[in-house]
Amino acid sequence: MRPYSDKTNVQKKSYYTDRYYVAPSVPKATIDSDEVFARDVEVVAMVATVQEAYIQLGHLVLFIDAVDNKKALTLLKDELGYEMLMEMSCIDWLAKRGEFEVFYELLNVTTARRIRLKMFVKENQALESVSDIFRSADWSEREAYDMFGIKINNHPYMKRLLMPDDWQGHPLRKTYPLQGDEFAAWYEVDKIFGKEARDLIGPEIRDAARIDRYDTTRFARLGHEVPFGTNISQGEPDTPIRYQEEGGVFLIKRLDATKTKTLDNRR
Amino acid sequence: MQQTNRLTPFFENINFERDDNTMVINFGPQHPSAHGQLRLILELDGELVTRAVPDIGYLHRGVEKMAENMIYNEFLPTTDRMDYIAATSNNYAFALAVEKLLDLDVPRRAKVIRMILLELNRIISHLFWLATHALDVGAMTVMFFTFREREYAMDLIEEYCGARLTHSAVRIGGVPLDIPDGWLEKVLKYIRKLPNDIKDYEALLDENRIWKMRLEKVGVIPTEMAKSWGVSGVALRASGVNWDLRKEQPYELYDEIDFTVPVSDIGDSYARYKLYMEEMRQSIRIIEQVVPMYAKTDSALMAHAPQYISAPKEQIMTQNYSLMQHFVLVTQGMRPPVGEVYVATESPKGELAFYINSQGEPYPYRLKARAPSFWHTGILQDLLPGCYLADVVTIIGSLNIVFGEVDR
Repeated sequence: MRPYSDKTNVQKKSYYTDRYYVAPSVPKATIDSDEVFARDVEVVAMVATVQEAYIQLGHLVLFIDAVDNKKALTLLKDELGYEMLMEMSCIDWLAKRGEFEVFYELLNVTTARRIRLKMFVKENQALESVSDIFRSADWSEREAYDMFGIKINNHPYMKRLLMPDDWQGHPLRKTYPLQGDEFAAWYEVDKIFGKEARDLIGPEIRDAARIDRYDTTRFARLGHEVPFGTNISQGEPDTPIRYQEEGGVFLIKRLDATKTKTLDNRR
Repeated sequence: MQQTNRLTPFFENINFERDDNTMVINFGPQHPSAHGQLRLILELDGELVTRAVPDIGYLHRGVEKMAENMIYNEFLPTTDRMDYIAATSNNYAFALAVEKLLDLDVPRRAKVIRMILLELNRIISHLFWLATHALDVGAMTVMFFTFREREYAMDLIEEYCGARLTHSAVRIGGVPLDIPDGWLEKVLKYIRKLPNDIKDYEALLDENRIWKMRLEKVGVIPTEMAKSWGVSGVALRASGVNWDLRKEQPYELYDEIDFTVPVSDIGDSYARYKLYMEEMRQSIRIIEQVVPMYAKTDSALMAHAPQYISAPKEQIMTQNYSLMQHFVLVTQGMRPPVGEVYVATESPKGELAFYINSQGEPYPYRLKARAPSFWHTGILQDLLPGCYLADVVTIIGSLNIVFGEVDR
């Protein structure tokens, strides 16, 4: 029988886990323990449904509905002073709960406080762009679309950011293959010569067992070494070094060991 | 329109037949002033840039994807390859994020060594920035001087950890090595000589007519724009925001050190240049204060947390239980608690942060590297329109972007 492998998450997994191992959690504090954060939560709750709020490692973590993202971020910027969006990205929970977790990492430079605003979006649910409030979201949202396939509404220039425009798939999803896939293998051939040239050109040579004349000097092909002194030139003529003293190339001189000097201290 | 997918001469970058008198050119991705693999698509009206579209991804290696498939210690050397000009700052930011997740106490000696390495890295990074920026603008001499001093600093780091560029000298839980004999004296000798060198660079540039003409009032980032674009580091401080994470959210021993954070409210390239020079002086000040702290520390270098961190080598070789722990930590990897962490550090380029979502497994469920250069590249699309083509080089240079970090 073929061993079962989970196609919804092709990431590397630990080869052994104790069946009775229960991972501890990073402690969470309630929002009452910090009055500034408690007030922030109250204000955000006026425009958006706050599903959960806690403080973890000094950050206020706020879960809201994805439809309220723009309202909440506008409020956080204008009323509460969280003027900088330092980071926005996603976590792929498609296999477990069929949705993405989007987080916005905000910073208030006057009070040195940080908030993480989080929300869940379904795979085909679109998120409203906030690039007009925080310009930094312009690139973050493009990256999120590129890497996860998050759909963003009303973005001024929604294009892939890191991958080529015609790339297929979203690399940071858990289902994205870790090995080069079929598309990647033919990408350059298709782009330059067209699909019909695939047969003519053949796949890219990535043969690990290939040997060429430089192997022993470059130590690149372990397991395919040849004995020292074996002629590996395959008929290619040698290029001798011609020193200046012997009428060779100007400025290429032989090293005179008696004229070298070792410094005790750097100057 | 020619078929774009054939190997025939095809000028995809220049469209000569435009009605509106504008020209579209490609700046990069192989332009020497692009500081790596930046492709800028510029729409020009004469010499004036009317639209700029940065195109990145030429150095994309999927660092975040790699992180999800590596155990925590395995990933640490990969962070070297992000901002390869100042590798220790990346190692440190990642190590600090994991340490926060594990709630570890790092020994004081490790903190002292980390501080020296971090500040040496800041000096290396700033010297390299000055060299390349001045070279871009046309001041070639500066490069010869700064590269010499950068070389000396790299020699020091090489003597400590054996590597010059990709150090991995900071580990999760501390540092792996104690400093060699006489190393601190060499560090002191180096930093005592450096202020004179900085004076030399300034003598070459500060009042240099060409330098001033090409930097002053070029690439002005207003405070609002800087905040909105998530700009950090020197670029943010040059735009009038007094925000240095070493002061505002201190880590390591920065709260015990006396140093000042230079700020400017002008926001142009010249202001950023002045701040970089002053930051180097402050780094010297910090190292001078940290070096005497070393003598007062005890010999522990790694945090004591058998569940997460391997015991010192002597113990592994003599104690059976330490060997077993070490074996499990190397083959399976540590399993941090379930939770998430976002830790920001002040790298030479700006706010370098790692967001880690751990599900209690040896592999992070999600790791996001917040690289400052990413947003410093993004801002080009708002900053460049209205500038002249020659200023583009100055602006890219003064923002100090490194593409290992932009594309990750």
